[in-house]
Amino acid sequence: MKQYETVIGLEVHVELATKTKIFCSCSTAFGGAPNTHTCPVCTGMPGSLPVLNKQVVEYAMAVGLATNCTITQYNKFDRKNYFYPDNPQNYQISQLYLPICRNGRVEIETEAGKKSIGIHEIHMEEDAGKLIHDEWENCSLVDYNRSGVPLIEIVSEPDMCSADEVIAYLEKLRLIIQYLGASDCKLQEGSMRVDVNLSVMEVGAKEFGTRTEMKNLNSFKAIARAIENERQRQIELLEEGKSVTQETRRWDDNKAYSYAMRSKEDAQDYRYFPEPDLVPVVIDDEWLAAVKSKEPEFRDAKKNRYINDYNLPEYDADIITLYKKLADIFEKTTDICKLPKKVSNWLIGETMKLLKEKAMEPDEITFSPENFAKVILLVENGTINGVIAKDVFKIVFEENIDPDKYVEKKGLKMNNDEVGLKKIVEEVIAANPQSVEDYHNGKDKAIGFLVGQTMKAAKGKANPGIVNKILKELL
Amino acid sequence: MNIMSLTAVELGKKIKQKEISVEEAVIAALDSIEAKDEAVGSFVTVCRDKAMEDAREIQGKIDRGELDGPLAGVPVAIKDNMCTEGILTTCSSKILSNFNPAYTAEAVLNLQKAGAVIIGKTNMDEFAMGSTTETSAIKITKNPWNQEHVPGGSSGGSCAAVAAEECHYALGSDTGGSIRQPSSFCGVTGIKPTYGTVSRYGLIAYGSSLDQIGPVAKDVTDCATILEAISSYDAKDSTSVKRENYDFTSALVDDVKGLKIGIPKAYFEDGLDSEVKAAVLNAAKVLEKKGAIVEEFDLGLVNFAIPAYYVIASAEASSNLARFDGVKYGYRTSEYEGLHNMYKKSRSEGFGPEVKRRIMLGSFVLSSGYYDAYYLKALKTKALIKKEFDKAFEKYDVILGPAAPTTAPKLGESLKDPIKMYLGDIYTVSVNLAGLPGISLPCGVSSQGLPIGLQLIGDCFKENNIIRAAYSFEKSMTYNRCDMAKQFD
Repeated sequence: MKQYETVIGLEVHVELATKTKIFCSCSTAFGGAPNTHTCPVCTGMPGSLPVLNKQVVEYAMAVGLATNCTITQYNKFDRKNYFYPDNPQNYQISQLYLPICRNGRVEIETEAGKKSIGIHEIHMEEDAGKLIHDEWENCSLVDYNRSGVPLIEIVSEPDMCSADEVIAYLEKLRLIIQYLGASDCKLQEGSMRVDVNLSVMEVGAKEFGTRTEMKNLNSFKAIARAIENERQRQIELLEEGKSVTQETRRWDDNKAYSYAMRSKEDAQDYRYFPEPDLVPVVIDDEWLAAVKSKEPEFRDAKKNRYINDYNLPEYDADIITLYKKLADIFEKTTDICKLPKKVSNWLIGETMKLLKEKAMEPDEITFSPENFAKVILLVENGTINGVIAKDVFKIVFEENIDPDKYVEKKGLKMNNDEVGLKKIVEEVIAANPQSVEDYHNGKDKAIGFLVGQTMKAAKGKANPGIVNKILKELL
Repeated sequence: MNIMSLTAVELGKKIKQKEISVEEAVIAALDSIEAKDEAVGSFVTVCRDKAMEDAREIQGKIDRGELDGPLAGVPVAIKDNMCTEGILTTCSSKILSNFNPAYTAEAVLNLQKAGAVIIGKTNMDEFAMGSTTETSAIKITKNPWNQEHVPGGSSGGSCAAVAAEECHYALGSDTGGSIRQPSSFCGVTGIKPTYGTVSRYGLIAYGSSLDQIGPVAKDVTDCATILEAISSYDAKDSTSVKRENYDFTSALVDDVKGLKIGIPKAYFEDGLDSEVKAAVLNAAKVLEKKGAIVEEFDLGLVNFAIPAYYVIASAEASSNLARFDGVKYGYRTSEYEGLHNMYKKSRSEGFGPEVKRRIMLGSFVLSSGYYDAYYLKALKTKALIKKEFDKAFEKYDVILGPAAPTTAPKLGESLKDPIKMYLGDIYTVSVNLAGLPGISLPCGVSSQGLPIGLQLIGDCFKENNIIRAAYSFEKSMTYNRCDMAKQFD
């Protein structure tokens, strides 16, 4: 069999985190009753006119600057004409001729090494509504709440050649955009949508093969599977002497299979032309500089700072900076308790564990750095022991309670009473002769069991140092 | 006293002085519509009950001193492409025959704030596409001067209603001459303001980059007064312009001494009716006698305006009218199979032939492979035409010419030859392409007894130059009322 290389370019749609829609003042909040976040503009009523939300331009500019794009200072919007019921005007206001950002790049790193991925352009546009097919009534309904929610579309150059690189590129974009606060970038909820353009060619070939566009990719795992599947499909076609058809395909992740949606032949002519209802957006140097000056510290810089200023191990810094929310909590909590490594341990350990248990994203964390810091300090100054601390933290995580008051109220302070504890230890030794014998036979694990029994008898509040000390003395 | 023979400003004064009540004025207008509209056909909707209700409310406000503007209590007719909350807004199209807007157009709101009483909605060419009001899917409007003739279009209903004295004034919209040409045909006065002066919010778009709302009235004083009331900066319309001033009535001065008036030679060549030519050139003489400096000059690209206009307006219309699809509001076909068949049948049945022609033309010029050759070229032509006017306005304050090459054609003559109908827009479309203000006012009557219109064009934001020239000219003319209006005296 011949050797093939894969050529991949991505089109990434990102829903921007503005409070209001791109061309009207309706709320962008997710989950309202159908057609409650609507007005004449976003439902395409006759005579209504769009007015551009400046925040959309700022977010798009910020993403462009962070991805090393050239910002187009004289911007225009264009109409993309096509008929579909989720599109109330039957045209989408987008940018074709003068997109806001061009010629950018982001650096990625995979096992294959470092690589620069080009960004062809980033443009602003409006989202469509949502069609709901009612099987019961055999009809379709439209919800225009999402109609007019602002999007940016980030179009990469065909610079990627594996699923690893695609994931690394998407992770990089997600982090940049989350750090900017421009979007939460959730694939599952559709605030980040990825279309994969893929072709294969023989190693060393000068021209790209025919590409397909894959849609409906709702997770990184699905993206990786779809890429592998499509690569194989195209190679098989070529090996059989057939050719790849330029078409749009839809990925079905449950069946791990894609099918053709439409081919290039029935591609629509969108009849783009400049949107006459909007005036050109002029971004002057001052505005550009203002947006630039608001640029946050991005992940790489933050990571280095955590390693250098807080002496965090690279492993810790890597995990914490993977989510801006974690980094924010880390910094604020450390500011209060001045114990960076302890904060990091709690974040990487208990916090991650609880997030996983509850199937939550770091963005959904609700506890405050103040209460988090209190838990750490309670352990640090010996008020509670580590076991109790985990229980207290769980409550803080769930309800953001004040741990000082909670420990006081529930009587969870550590038991440092040596006389009382000695009595308990004596009872434990008397009740577990086998373990005592094991200990004397050199089985070190036995002492752990005895400590555990003592803690249990002391309702978890015993000072483990004291318990250890007494045990060793008595044994 | 015949209330309907008054101008809007005269009536406003009498209402203010309590000589006439708002209710009396509204009843007079409703009676006049009752008596004449079967013959004229200006109105597609008459708001009898609502108008009477509003009349009492506005009278109360006037009595309490809450309203004291010049138009308080004066009845108005609105072209049926402006959204009016709770009042059918059809664009004279089957596809919107049942459309009741949830909001009112900004320009109409401005009038309501000034105390206007909406008496009804006027007929128009379907979606403002046409020059005779004959493309209306609802009814035919006739020229009140001679009912065998068209009133012009597309604001034919508004202009006929004012000419027949069914209302005191009306709002029209002008994309390529739709206020000025029917004003000329009906012997009334109409202004198309500088693009961006009157908010387009709530005006159902035909050619978004060209559309402007403007007044139609009996004289220049009324027009300036109405324009002052409807103009405003509107944040809801991105193309709305914050003007330095919105004072148009201060230009109502009978003095043109030193005013420089240019006459484009190309406007008086082949194709211009000799009677129209004579009347328009006579108007230039009158202004010259009053002290204006009048001279001929060469205005370039005159013949490129019509093709550029029809490409741009149709392109925008093909997209603007895409929303009428039977999904959300308006007409939906009764039987269909699947989505695309529903679209196809609803639009095929809902739109008339002229609208379909322009949608097809517009879709064609925007389609891939043709965009550069047609649409882009038309945009470049538009920019060059603007430059030609800029050059002219370095030398002149006002450009004078006809509003239309002929007087009103007979009913049924125009639609047979659409190209010929399009060519009739030669004097008006370039004004829209360049975004300029223009006024059309009566300057004579033909041997057939049909009115002839004079057009004065100003530089952007210089409405006051054309208002002053028009007012001065009007002072030297006697206003001709049509027989249909006179018969109720």
